[in-house]
Amino acid sequence: MTRLHHPLPAEEEGDRSCSTSGIALQLVVNIIVLGSIYALIACGYVLIYRVSRVLNLAHGELMMLGAYLLLATASLFNGHPAIALAAAVLLSLLAGALVYVFLMRKMTGEMVLAAILTTVALGILIRGAVLLIWSAQQQYPAQALGVANPSFSLFGGARISFWSAVLVAITIAVYGALFGFLRFGRWGMRMRAAGQNPLLAAQRGINLHGVYALAWCLSTLTGAFAGILMALDSGLTSSMPIIGLKAFPAALVGGLDSLAGALAGALIVAGAEVLLIYYVDPLLSDVVPFLVLIAMLVVRPWGLFGTREELDRV
Amino acid sequence: MFRPAPRASGYLHTGYGEDIALLQTRTERASLAVFAILLAVFPFLASPFALDLACQVFLASVGALSLMLLTGYAGQISLGHAGLIAAGAFTTGILAREISAPFWITLPASALTGIVLGFIFGLPSLRLRGLYLAVSTLALHFVVIYLGGEYETKRGFSTGIVVDPPRFAGMKLTDGRAWYFVLLAAAVVSLLICVNLLRSRSGRAWQALHVRETVAEALGISVARYKLLAFVISSSMTSVAGCLFAYYRGFVSIEAFDLFLSIQYVAMIIVGGMGSLLGALLGAAFITVFPYLIEALLRLLPNVQKLAGEIFAVNYAAFGLVMILFLIFEPLGLVGIWHRLQNYFLLWPFRYKPLAGARK
Repeated sequence: MTRLHHPLPAEEEGDRSCSTSGIALQLVVNIIVLGSIYALIACGYVLIYRVSRVLNLAHGELMMLGAYLLLATASLFNGHPAIALAAAVLLSLLAGALVYVFLMRKMTGEMVLAAILTTVALGILIRGAVLLIWSAQQQYPAQALGVANPSFSLFGGARISFWSAVLVAITIAVYGALFGFLRFGRWGMRMRAAGQNPLLAAQRGINLHGVYALAWCLSTLTGAFAGILMALDSGLTSSMPIIGLKAFPAALVGGLDSLAGALAGALIVAGAEVLLIYYVDPLLSDVVPFLVLIAMLVVRPWGLFGTREELDRV
Repeated sequence: MFRPAPRASGYLHTGYGEDIALLQTRTERASLAVFAILLAVFPFLASPFALDLACQVFLASVGALSLMLLTGYAGQISLGHAGLIAAGAFTTGILAREISAPFWITLPASALTGIVLGFIFGLPSLRLRGLYLAVSTLALHFVVIYLGGEYETKRGFSTGIVVDPPRFAGMKLTDGRAWYFVLLAAAVVSLLICVNLLRSRSGRAWQALHVRETVAEALGISVARYKLLAFVISSSMTSVAGCLFAYYRGFVSIEAFDLFLSIQYVAMIIVGGMGSLLGALLGAAFITVFPYLIEALLRLLPNVQKLAGEIFAVNYAAFGLVMILFLIFEPLGLVGIWHRLQNYFLLWPFRYKPLAGARK
């Protein structure tokens, strides 16, 4: 995989300025950006798992689908980047609902393995379809939209690209909105209830299928945000789902059923990845999240903030 | 042979020998003989392409059988199967390359690597179940692949390791027909190992702990021991498959063992039918032949040139679609269809309708 998500300017910058504090600052910025990417993707895993106990291994592919949908809407609404962005986001929301209604609804109550494998198969199907429609070569939605990606210099010489900064901001906004929604919103409360005890929730008149569909919609939506912003930042190829898979350890490290955990887990995984790549070996990039995952599974399998009885439920 | 097949009437055994015989009826013996003759004649009639396809099916069968042992019988989910195949292939590649080890050293060495890795892959299963176990095997897959990639780059084989064909008594094994019989033998031996393991104490222990761990423990089965045993046996068989793969292809590269291969193996046991060795074989054949089938179907379409570059993508999408269709509409897999067919002809002209809600 090319370093699609975030090239490490630290190496070049470090050679030029040769200041240790500059490198350290750049590393901190990189950790925050990569952590935001992982956090934005991981909350999709957490939402679906928390509500319906399904691990969605097609999340990376759904994320990629969002980015490719932007490519399609960009050519459709030529010259109106805002409309194109809004249309892509709405379409991916719809995609999440369709996935639930036509596929995952049928897997309710089936074996854990069957549900996981259905999402895996869905991921393969999406990847094949995307390759078929948009071919495997690298695409640049930013060019298609006609928006630039300027790079800012922060204090101390660290640099951050415009779309990375937007990504960090959106991650913060998404987490704030999700916390508020799950805590105070009517449907958010229903989602929590369905996740705690589906049988009781159904008996209290909560529409389980509606709640599950909503979880899939929200999850695909946040995934599409991540996919679109990454594609705007550094282009788009069909190898994007790997990043989605790498964000999964972040969700598990924090606890698969905890949003705050996903945020913490994302920062831990991103920190380990950025530092190990910089100080040890760039080849480690693809494997670090999984090493963190294994360490966590050995020590505390239910995650930092997860509920312990989760382990016996699956 | 694989499970009590539907039979027209009762067969009474008069001795222990008959009771434990693998083939119990004359029909079974006769059909097996016909099948064996067909398999023996096949390489002399088939084209080189079909021969290669058959070899691939046999290789996949070994891997699918071992995964079926682990997932279908012992109930331990593994998404790291490709990592184990890679481990076997890389052990062979590295030994053959570095110390030019012969066939009879690399094969046991691969099995040994499999045993060690199976132990490591199995350790999480003592604490984790279901989804968490699947995730831990997935993570180990990436670790194995990373180690292989590291070796490739550090030693300067960035495109892959070339493995010379194995030598038997001074003769190089390069002929397609010879390979056919070697791989057929490998598949038959692994099938026999699986059949006999499942009839033994460990096989019964696996099936017991699959159904309910607590009860298995109460019955005096050491759950930890048998879980680890399942992982160790399954992954040593898988690594041997990897070793054969390395020799058959003559080339080992990390790109061949991505996550998609793991998923293909899981698809084999799903499509074939969980909890059946026959299912593993059917699934291996189906998934291996499937891409070629799609390609052949595409050739029938009018504008071939346009689609030629996208066969890979079509394959990918079709594979995902078939997997979804099987998971939703035929959870018992190909073997379920096969048993239904058998039942139909056995009971013909009467029809037996299962009770509503019955699983099988």
